[in-house]
Amino acid sequence: MAPILEVRDLHIAYPSRSGTPVRALAGVDFSLSSGEILGILGESGSGKSTLAAALLNLLPPQGRISRGSVCFEGIDLLAADEGRLREIRGARISLIHQEPSIALHPTMRVRAQVDEVVRAHLNTAGGTRRAKTDAALGAVFGSEAGSLGARYPHELSGGQRQRVLIAQAIACGPSILIADEPTASLDSVTQAGIFALFGELQRSLGLALILITHNPALLAGFAHRVLVLYAGGIAELGPAADVISQPKHPYTKALLDSLPPWPTPAASTTARLPMIPGDLPDLAAPSLACRFEPRCPVRMEVCNTREPAATALGPAHSVSCFKFGG
Amino acid sequence: MTRYLVRRTLHAVLLLAGVSLLTFLFTALVPGNYFDEMKMNPQISPETVAALRAKYGVDQPLAFRYVHWVGGLLHGDLGFSFAYNTPVGPLLRVRAANTLLLTSVAMLLAWGVALPLGIWSAGRENGWPDHLITLATGALLIVPDLVLALGLLLVAVRSGWLPAGGMAAVGAEPTTWAALGRDYALHLLLPVTALVLSCAPMLVRHVRAAMLDVLDSSFLRAARGHGIPPRRLLYGYALRAAANPLLALFGFSIGTLLSGSLIIEVVMSWPGLGPFLLEAILGRDLYVVIGGVLLSTAFLVAGNLVADVLLYWADPRIRAERGNG
Amino acid sequence: MISGADRAMEPLLTVESLVKRYTPRGFGGGRGGVTALDGVSFSIAEGSTLAIAGASGSGKSTLALCLACLERPASGQIRLAGRELTTLTETQLRAVRPQMQLVFQDPSSSLNPRLTAFEIVTEPFAAQSRFSASERAARARALFERAGLSFQSATRTAAEFSGGQRQRLAIARALALEPRVLILDEALSGLDASVQAQVANLLLDLQEASRLTFVFITHDLAMASRMADRIAVLDRGRIAETGPMDEVLRQPAHASTRALIAATPQWKAELRQQADT
Repeated sequence: MAPILEVRDLHIAYPSRSGTPVRALAGVDFSLSSGEILGILGESGSGKSTLAAALLNLLPPQGRISRGSVCFEGIDLLAADEGRLREIRGARISLIHQEPSIALHPTMRVRAQVDEVVRAHLNTAGGTRRAKTDAALGAVFGSEAGSLGARYPHELSGGQRQRVLIAQAIACGPSILIADEPTASLDSVTQAGIFALFGELQRSLGLALILITHNPALLAGFAHRVLVLYAGGIAELGPAADVISQPKHPYTKALLDSLPPWPTPAASTTARLPMIPGDLPDLAAPSLACRFEPRCPVRMEVCNTREPAATALGPAHSVSCFKFGG
Repeated sequence: MTRYLVRRTLHAVLLLAGVSLLTFLFTALVPGNYFDEMKMNPQISPETVAALRAKYGVDQPLAFRYVHWVGGLLHGDLGFSFAYNTPVGPLLRVRAANTLLLTSVAMLLAWGVALPLGIWSAGRENGWPDHLITLATGALLIVPDLVLALGLLLVAVRSGWLPAGGMAAVGAEPTTWAALGRDYALHLLLPVTALVLSCAPMLVRHVRAAMLDVLDSSFLRAARGHGIPPRRLLYGYALRAAANPLLALFGFSIGTLLSGSLIIEVVMSWPGLGPFLLEAILGRDLYVVIGGVLLSTAFLVAGNLVADVLLYWADPRIRAERGNG
Repeated sequence: MISGADRAMEPLLTVESLVKRYTPRGFGGGRGGVTALDGVSFSIAEGSTLAIAGASGSGKSTLALCLACLERPASGQIRLAGRELTTLTETQLRAVRPQMQLVFQDPSSSLNPRLTAFEIVTEPFAAQSRFSASERAARARALFERAGLSFQSATRTAAEFSGGQRQRLAIARALALEPRVLILDEALSGLDASVQAQVANLLLDLQEASRLTFVFITHDLAMASRMADRIAVLDRGRIAETGPMDEVLRQPAHASTRALIAATPQWKAELRQQADT
């Protein structure tokens, strides 16, 4: 299946107060196929939000793209002009922001906010526009779409606001949806509801979905492929089932080990959870070694000398670790 | 909504009552009164003065005079002017209308200039237009209003392009509506310009700040991510969200404009409340002073009330806070 | 009601029939209003942890505020070491507050970003007017160590720390006055999955070392199961069920408990297995 999105060798840096640029992304390569769910697993500081913004060329003015390309339907989005980008954003590729409470206009009714997105992209008569807005609101709210659509954002709960963001994203029928931590501020029950909605929409609309999260458990049984991002680089990339049940990269392994398992009567709460010691590396400090090396439980001599290259473990699975070559 | 209005109107009435009381007290406590001036005039006999004093009840206790005055107010009677020997009401009416004309035109013009300039400046933050506007507004802010007014007056007198005072040409009576309108406009130009120059720079700065604040917000970035065109982002999203602080500013600007206008009127000889009030204060014309101050306060309060109502209508969060009523 | 009593003494913290209502502000009194807590009762033995789990809107945050005596309940009792707290005056409460400290979910909003780490940690000393300057410095150093933070970072402002470090700072501050009870209101929920384990382990270490009692309020059952051996499920202001952790999880009696379990992503696989068998 031909990929609809191809990211090649992306390098993005930000200037820092000390002078040396902070490497937010250093050499990210991956592709996305139509109808595929790609999970990007990364903690704060891994570069995941930079990646999400970069995919639509929405970086803040200080962000510097030193290398790389993001190709969508044959166009490099990083080189395209603003007019072209505006056509694509919201209509062909949609981004769902992190914090629903601040991503909506405070004094505009919900329905109007969805309508704005449709209006920005479709120069059709009012009837078609209304139909599209109604369809989007109906898809996320079901029968309550009428009453909820007339409300203001502050009158909605967190989960409902998130649904409005989703409605805005799907209103113009995009082929790719990028969700950046869509449920980070929601409780588990609401979270489950949102994921169910994502699954439904992905199936019915045939969307490709890029789901960015720090919680690997959310990707299990949901994503098709998983990309593990650590300190701006790809640690591991492969089919979700493989990466989650048999992680290869030490970081992925440690991450998955630290998740609380199903409690058994024998387990005592005094037993500590396995954890990854230390903190993320300082991305402004240039280092030639593997980024994970200081915290790696299985580090070797060579890990200190240079960064490992991505090694293919199978047709679709690659790891950046000296244990597997590189 | 009605409950909100009722509450605000109640506040306004209380405020006016308080202002009237304070003004009464101040003018009564100020040493001397209108009749002291009279006493010094050798042409007027002490008996006349005494009779006048009795007529106007000047020797009555303060509280009595205040209550009497309030009673008169409720009947629409604002008291009597010692100097003009006529009821205060009609005197103030004419003057108030002139002040209202001046301040309304100045208000419209000031905002008409400040809003687009502020938005434009914010839209091109740190560009040369922004720096230019910041410099210009800064310079105008430093110059005192009085100096600005006098400067304009100087230009008018020296160049002879504009009339240097008054509201209408003295002597020749314009016959057509167009000529009348032109005459008024010419006379308005100078005082309005003075007022706008004194008020607009502050407004521009505030509009710019309010817009910059909003332009930085997440919902604007999210909207940009949806491909909303920049013009729509600026007016439909940013300006709309900035309406809150801007409407509050509107209410506040009415106050500053009004107080500024009183001084400008004196300098430019515009026949409004300003010169009239000044004259009355200097002459201790008690009831004119109170009436004038009360009227100015009433304008201020009305303006703020309008701003509050607009704010209530524009921001659903304020409506929610107050409950459904 | 302590089931399976393995501690013979009186529980440290007892809550009985706590009721808290919120009425909306309004001209002429409020219409309607919300009953956030509708008769909540539980008890916790010293040195142990009770997890209070519920979805949003269940009243968790209100409970946290009432326990910390930051909100007065409409009725009910809160007893700490036998002493009734709800009837105390503000001055009397001041003496009791050090014993029960609160750690919030979002360290970026609960910590003043302009203060240095040192100032944040010593803030409680200043508030209670205790200890000389040198004593405060020594105590601060000890607190940093306990929280696993390097004292060299004491001069940095809170904004310069990562999320996990900020939460450690919040915990260090909570420990400043040597409390007996820590109320953790979604204290781990705002952290990345990889950092949660670190901070959870820190809390468990602290509990063991100082015999702390935890009230672990959360919506995340997976974390709750690692932190506590007893759980109370909160549903719309009422306790739906209470009991030992693994019993409640294996045999949930209430629909809201079942909903919470089903919504826990970490256990999807196990639950599917259970459903299949």
